[in-house]
Formats: sequence, C-alpha cells, structure tokens
Amino acid sequence: MRFLRVVAAAALVLAIGCSKKESSEILIGHVASLTGSEATFGQSTDNGIKLAFEELNKAGGVKGKKLVLKTLDDQGKPEEAQVAATRLIVNDKVTLIIGEVASSRSLAMGPVAEKNKVPMISTASTNPKVTLDQQGNTLKYVFRVCFIDPFQGTVMAKFARENMKISKVAVLRDVGNAYSVGLADFFEDTFKKMGGEIVTDQSFKAGDQDFKAQLTKIRETNPEAIYVPAYYTDVGLISRQVRELGMKVPLMGGDGWDSEELYKISQGALNGSFFSNHYTTESPDERVKSFIEKYKAAYGSVPDALAALGYDAALVAADAMNRAKDLSGPAIADALAATKDFKAVTGNITLNEQHNAVKSAVVIAIDNNAGKYAATVSP
Amino acid sequence: MTEFLQHLVNGVSLGTIYALIALGYTMVYGVLKLINFAHGDVYMVGAFMGYYLAGFWRLGGAASAGGGATPGSVVRAFLITAASMVVCGFLGYVIERFAYRPLRDRPRLTALITAIGVSFLLEFGFQLNFRGSNFPPGPTPRIFPTLFEGHDTGWLSALGVNLYTTDLLTLGVAILLMVLLQWIVYRTKFGTAMRAVSFDHQVAGLMGIPVNRIISWTFVLGSALAAAAGILFAVTRPRIDPLMGLMFGLKAFVAAVLGGIGSVPGAMVGGMVLGLSEEFVAGYLLSSYRDAIAFGILILVLVLRPSGLFGRTTVEKV
Amino acid sequence: MAFARGVLRSVLPFLVGIPLLLALQTFLDSQGIDYWTIILISIGINVILAVSLNVVNGFTGQFSLGHAGFMAVGGYTTAKVALAFANGAHGLTQQAAFGGALLCGMAAAALAGLVVGLPSLRLRGDYLAIVTLGFGMIIVSIVENVDALGKAIGLSGLPGLTNVTWTGVGAIATVVMARRLAVSTQGRALFAIREDEVAAEAMGVDTTGYKVRAFVISAAFAGLAGGLIVHLLQLATPRSFNFIRSFEVVVMVVLGGLGSITGSVLAAIILTVALEALREFQQYRMVVYALLLIALMLTRPQGLFGTRELWDLPLVRRLPWMRNRAAAGPAGAPPTEVRGETDSGGET
Repeated sequence: MRFLRVVAAAALVLAIGCSKKESSEILIGHVASLTGSEATFGQSTDNGIKLAFEELNKAGGVKGKKLVLKTLDDQGKPEEAQVAATRLIVNDKVTLIIGEVASSRSLAMGPVAEKNKVPMISTASTNPKVTLDQQGNTLKYVFRVCFIDPFQGTVMAKFARENMKISKVAVLRDVGNAYSVGLADFFEDTFKKMGGEIVTDQSFKAGDQDFKAQLTKIRETNPEAIYVPAYYTDVGLISRQVRELGMKVPLMGGDGWDSEELYKISQGALNGSFFSNHYTTESPDERVKSFIEKYKAAYGSVPDALAALGYDAALVAADAMNRAKDLSGPAIADALAATKDFKAVTGNITLNEQHNAVKSAVVIAIDNNAGKYAATVSP
Repeated sequence: MTEFLQHLVNGVSLGTIYALIALGYTMVYGVLKLINFAHGDVYMVGAFMGYYLAGFWRLGGAASAGGGATPGSVVRAFLITAASMVVCGFLGYVIERFAYRPLRDRPRLTALITAIGVSFLLEFGFQLNFRGSNFPPGPTPRIFPTLFEGHDTGWLSALGVNLYTTDLLTLGVAILLMVLLQWIVYRTKFGTAMRAVSFDHQVAGLMGIPVNRIISWTFVLGSALAAAAGILFAVTRPRIDPLMGLMFGLKAFVAAVLGGIGSVPGAMVGGMVLGLSEEFVAGYLLSSYRDAIAFGILILVLVLRPSGLFGRTTVEKV
Repeated sequence: MAFARGVLRSVLPFLVGIPLLLALQTFLDSQGIDYWTIILISIGINVILAVSLNVVNGFTGQFSLGHAGFMAVGGYTTAKVALAFANGAHGLTQQAAFGGALLCGMAAAALAGLVVGLPSLRLRGDYLAIVTLGFGMIIVSIVENVDALGKAIGLSGLPGLTNVTWTGVGAIATVVMARRLAVSTQGRALFAIREDEVAAEAMGVDTTGYKVRAFVISAAFAGLAGGLIVHLLQLATPRSFNFIRSFEVVVMVVLGGLGSITGSVLAAIILTVALEALREFQQYRMVVYALLLIALMLTRPQGLFGTRELWDLPLVRRLPWMRNRAAAGPAGAPPTEVRGETDSGGET
C-alpha cells in the first residue's frame, strides 16, 4: 500500500513540525507568500523580519529571551493564510504573529488571532477593514504598521493638485488587487473634491505583460499625469510602454513602487514621475542608513518597502513585548495599542484607536532613474 | 483613426506571440491529443535561458557595444535565441520522455495531471532561490537584457502611430518560423510521418514509422518555438519571472483552441484573433473586463463552430 | 420495497453521521484544537469538491475546468444571504439561517451550471474544458468589478459559521448523492455517455439532457463548498476562486481514479494532508508537491482506485467481513462496470 506509506510519512513530518519551544525563547510566527504570484513580496518581508530579529537578539533579545522566527508559506491564498495562522497560533503557540502583505489574506487571519487572543501585526495590508470587525469596531488583537488606503490616496491627490498643479489625471489600476483598487478609489475621490478631473479609469490585472491597449486609450484622453497605484513588478513595464507610445506625461504611484527593481525595469522611463512612500533612502536618519546597509550586506540588494515594513513590524513587536507586563496575548496587545512615536525606519509610528499606523508620508520624485526626496505630507 | 491604427499595431504585436506559443500546443495536440500544460512554462524557461545566456556572453568578453542594431549584436541575438531554442528543445524532449511517454496508452486525463505536475515543478522550481546563487532566479522579476535596441520606425508617425522595430522584428521572425513550420509539416518526410502519427499511432507504427522518435521531435520542435516566443516577447516587454507563462500560456492555449486545435494555420489565426480582440476590447469597451470579454468571444466562436475556426469536424462512428 | 431501501440508504448515513459529527465537534471545541478542526474542514470541503466534480469528469466523461467559477457563485450568494439573515441572529435561528443560505448558494450555483451547461455541453473534450474554464474566469472577472460584491477585496465580516458538522453533513450529502446517482438509471445513462456517446445516443439515451443534469448537480455541490469556504474564512474574496483552484480539484479527481467515489475521497484527504505536512518546507513545498504528483501519477496511472471503489479492491475483498459480500455478488465484474448490480446485489 504505497499511499499508506505516503500518509505515514506525511503524518511523521507533521509530528516533527509540532516540536516544543524552549522557555528561553520567544517564538514569533510569520505568515507569508513564499511561493506563488506574490512570492517576491512575501520573501522581502521575511528578509526584513529576519534582519530585525538578528539585530534584536544581538542586543540581548526581549526580556532576556531570544526571538525565534517561524515562517509558514501561504502560496498567496487566503485559505492557506488562515490555516497557516491557525497552525502557528494553536500548534506552535507563538507569542505574536506577523503578516500578511495582502489585505485579503490579513482579513482571513484576523479572526483567528482575535479568537485565540494572540496579537497580529500586519506589515502592508492597507485596506481599512483589516483591523475592524463587521460592525466597524476595532479588533483588539489586530494591528498594522503601514498607512491605510484613504491616507495614501489622499497624499498623492493633494500633491498632484497643490504641488504639481495638474487637473487632468488618468488612472490605471490593478483590478484584481485590493491595494490598488483602494488607492485608486480614494485618490479619485480626493482629486475630484479638490477640483481635479479623472479623464479615464482603466484596469489591468497583475501579471499582464501588455498594457498598450489601455495606454493607447489613455493617450487619447490627453491626461497631464497617469496615476498607477500598483506594485513595481508591473509599473516598470507599464512605464516603458507609456514611453513607447510617445506619451511624455509623468506617472504617479504609491509605496508599492518602492524597489530598486523598478528603476532597473523602467530604465529611465519614469524620470519626472512621483510616488508616495514611507521613507526616503537619502534620509539622514541613522536608523534608515544602518538598515539599508545591513540589508545590503545580508541579501545583496537594496530593501524594498515591504522589507522595510517587515523590519518595522518586528521592531514594533519587540518594543511592545518589552513594555508589556508579561508575555501574554492581552498584555502585549495593550502595549501595542499604546505604541506612540516609535522611531522606526518607515517613520515615527503611532498606533491610533483603529490600530492603524499614523505616520507622515514622503513623496519621492524620480530623476535620473533614481528616487529623490520631494516633499513630506503629514496626516 | 490614430487610436484604431495604434490598437491594430498593438494587437498584431501581441497576437504574434500568442500564435507562436499556440503553435507548440497545436503540434503536440495534433500528434498526442494531449494538452501540454507545461508548454507555457517552457516558454518561460526559454526567456530565462536567453537571460542567462546573454549574461554569460557578456562575461565571456565578446566585444559588443551593447544595444544598437550593429551586425555584431544581431548575430549575438540570433545565437542566443538559437541556443535557447536548443536548450528548450532538449527540455521538451526530457518532459515527453519521462512524464508523458510512460502514460501514452492511459486515459488522456492522466497525462494531463503529470503535465500540471511538470508545470508546477518548473514554476515553483524557478521560484526557489539560494543565497549567493544566480540560478534558480527566484520570484523577483528579472530584467531581460537589451539584445536588440528597439526604436520607433517613424513610418506611421504622420498618423500619430508608434510602430517599433522590435514589433516588426517579432512579426518577421514569427512569420518566418510559421512558414518554416508549415514547410516542415507539409513538405518534408518528417512532416508526413508526423501527420501519419497524428492520424493513427498504431497504423503509422505498422507502416514502419518510428512513432516514438516522431513524437519526441514534435515536442522538441514545439518547445523550441516556445523558447523563440519567450525571447521575442522578452525583447519587447523585458520583465521576466517564473510565473510569466502561467496566464500567458493559458491564453495561448485558448488561441490554439479558438483556431481549431491541431491545425497549424488555425493556431496563427487564433493567436491573431485573440490578440486583436483583447486589444480592441480593452481599448474600446471596458479594460476591467478584458479577460472576461476575450473569453466571451472564445465561447461564442466555439458555440457557433464547435471545433474552432479551422478545426476538422470529426465524425464519430460507433 | 426497493424504494424504501433506497430512501433508507440515503437517510441512514445522515442518521449515523450527524450525531458522530456533533460529538466530534464538541470534543474538538472542548480541547481547543482549532488547528485540527480547520484541517478537518479543509478535507471535508475538498471531498465535496472532488466528489462533485467526479460526477462530471468521472461518471460522465466530460472534462470540466469550471469548478472554481461555480464555487464563486455559491460562495458569494451564500455570503450575501448570510449577511442579510444570519449575522444578527443567534443560536439555532442563526444555524437555520446559515443552512438556508447554503441552500440558496447551491441553487444559485446550480442555475449557473444550467446557464453554462446548456450552450457548452454540445462541445466535446478539450473544447468543453476551455469553455468551462472561460466561464470560470468570466465569473471571477464580474465579481472583481461589481461594487455590491466588494470588488477585489470581497465581502468581509461574514459570520464564521462553518464548522465540522456543517462540512461533514455537506460531505456526506455529496457522497450519498454520488453513490445513489451511480446506482440509478440516471447514473447508468451517464456511464453510457462516458463509454461511448454515440452508442449511448443510439440506444435512446438523451445525452444532452443527462449531461446538463450531471453538470447542474455538480455545480450545486461546488456552490455548497464555496459557501462553506467563505464562512470558514469569514471573507468572500475573488482570490479564493482563482482558476488554479479548478485545476487542484481536477488533480484530486484524476488521482483518485475517474469515476471512483472512494478514490476521490481518499485523494482529497491525501492531497490536503500532504500539502499541510509539506508546509514546513517553505519554498520547497510546491516543488515537492509537484514531484509527488508526477510520481503518484506515473506509479498509478489509473488513479488510486481506477474506476473501482474501495470495496472492489482485491485486498479489501479478501478481508474476512467482506467475504460474504464478495461471495454474494458476482466477482470479477468487467473493469469499467463495477458499480451497480455488483454492489447492490451484495448488500442485500
């Protein structure tokens, strides 16, 4: 019976997986998309967290205990994220859980964290609903260290109207991605309220390789800029095709753009464009500098926004655990909720009553195929 | 008018690539009646082979000015493409030999599952990354080196339409490959044998045709075409990642079915129809429903013509 | 008499199953082992999906790749109904409302199955596959664009009502449906279509009618699975209904053996457990899974059980308590035709 052997082997692996933790260690769980179409984001985040843990452990850990990270893959699927979160919380008895990047997966994990009273810090889920229950009350155990869509969408709309002084913008959104849809919606709202005009609203799907149909359509409407709230993996290619169609207008985007890869793919096509971000790599701040240096040394590349957010989520978690009176879920959650003006790489993080990070955003201008600081927008 | 022409140019450019990949599907289907789901991933491997070979070449110190349509760069691009086609041809052979051949006399769905398995293996295998190692590439998109600098031909600039040399190149190479394929299938001994095998394995075997070898070569040919498509595509849209063949391969398969799977001209026409309809749907109707409407057109065509545009209607006998 | 026996066979599994499931759930809840609960529910949902798809792909021999689309229709309908009725309610009322919502989801999915099935079932083989795949994509595309369905993020804040009992009942219902179908006239007609459509038609089988019916039944149960998934996640999102999901179900069906109900059940269990066990391997997980899939398929090309059921396997037949049955039923039935008479004769 071949299959029985397979089942037995599987059960064995499962049993080994459920090993006991040492009392001198604090086990932290991380749910990430290590495989699948969003693997690059999950792996970046994981790298950021690992780096933070190495540093924290070198500095003596938390409450004299070593931090240990356990990462489980969710393949980018909400169902898998829920199972992985449950496994970490129930089987591995993690003290705290970090994740996920995408809002749809954080939404699937939130109820698990809430039910088991284990704090969860989402790194980059920007949908407002992530930290709220169905009645709109804040979930006690769910937090995040990133902006929410309404804020970031507004930042860019304001910047477009006030600094760039433009009034006709075309929008190109990733219709399958909650982050992109959320940003596009809030951008349009604010931009229209401020007297601007959205000339056309086009869509694509992540992984598309050809955007010329939508861009040709956009070209016909003669916008002064194109707002593309999407991840750098798509934006690089979009920017090239914009130029190939002979359009010279600037593009605008959000923190999903932040990656060295963007410049490598776009090869100058994005010069003159702007995007909102958490921080600037030119920041004189020591923390930012040392983070970028250490990340480069460890992984051989400049960190993207997701790595920075993963790093910050780990720091915020460690800070809260240090302040908490003990390492129980409720105590850590209380300490997390009281996070105020915590100096992190992506800005000074204060968690508000909805458990959202309140921090100022910076606008980065792309010039000479590199990002330059342009402005700071406070919430 | 400008808009229409531009959409036409874009659509043809996209359709050519669909057609090239669809040809691989259609050839394999013709001889084996098997949907080779791993074909889209062979296309991905082809693009990555181009990427690695170009990197290797540069290290090798070949005096290339980089970019520009200098004779040197054309030769280099040609050699890289040819080498990648050889590698993928071999990959196609390996896949057929070890994953499909043992299941040839089994129900067709069985081989389909190993096809999905091979597809997963390639996709997720390429998503792995080891620290300090350049291969496998990992999930972060790679930037395809500029084998051939594209620039606006300017031929249609009076009309406000951008027509790129790379688009023309793609179209030219694609047409060349299709003509070559058509010649192989209909004018050579190998092609005759291939058609015989697709008609009836057993009888072809009895007639002295080496069935296994013919099927292997069909895979090699189809995979080499996919590699060419991968590189041609990456030249114009230089972002390559391990999952690039997933959706694109599926759409190419749709193109093959649309044209009537098993038919070489059908694959070309199917690819063009799909590319153009996607382009015009996104351009003139709703871009958010691009995939939906493209598939809607497919369904409509198939409901009206159940074996595709060029498919043979087979009469089933008891 | 035969009718009464039929009713008994349909009802008995529930009479035995429901108390057991309730007991299991009470036990799991009291132990606070959510992880095993969620694994059991995942297995149950996959059983529903695999067995229901087997009705189309295995029994009828039609190749459908649209299961994820029907799941989406069922999932979103259930979510909408549950949000309206089950969210404020408590206790039994809430459970009843959820049951109603699941039925609504099934009905909606069945309707979608009819709409898809009517035009597309005149197509054969791979053409049908690609059309069903297309419909699945169209459905997801629509969901992503409709405001009332929450677009890309979907509907969140659903009541978390899916539990072991509901899933278990769903799985039992699916298996009983498939089993009763297999031994019925309807099932015979489906097998006839699978073996030879032209011959079946010549023998007076209304092939299109039967195919559409099989399709509708299958879609309804896919809708049930969709409804259970969204209330397990407490979130209905288009990402759950990606076309890859359809592939996963097809893999289960083929791995279990086309047409074998117990095979589908076993394959659903093995694949769910294997993927879970492999989670420790992080990035290597899917690579190992792919290799496992190829290896399993090469070593057992006919699927785990072929077209047979668990109790038709020679090994099982030799078990002492199965001897009776084996003796009563005519042994050595032809390979493609082992359901029907063989078993029902043995069970009397």
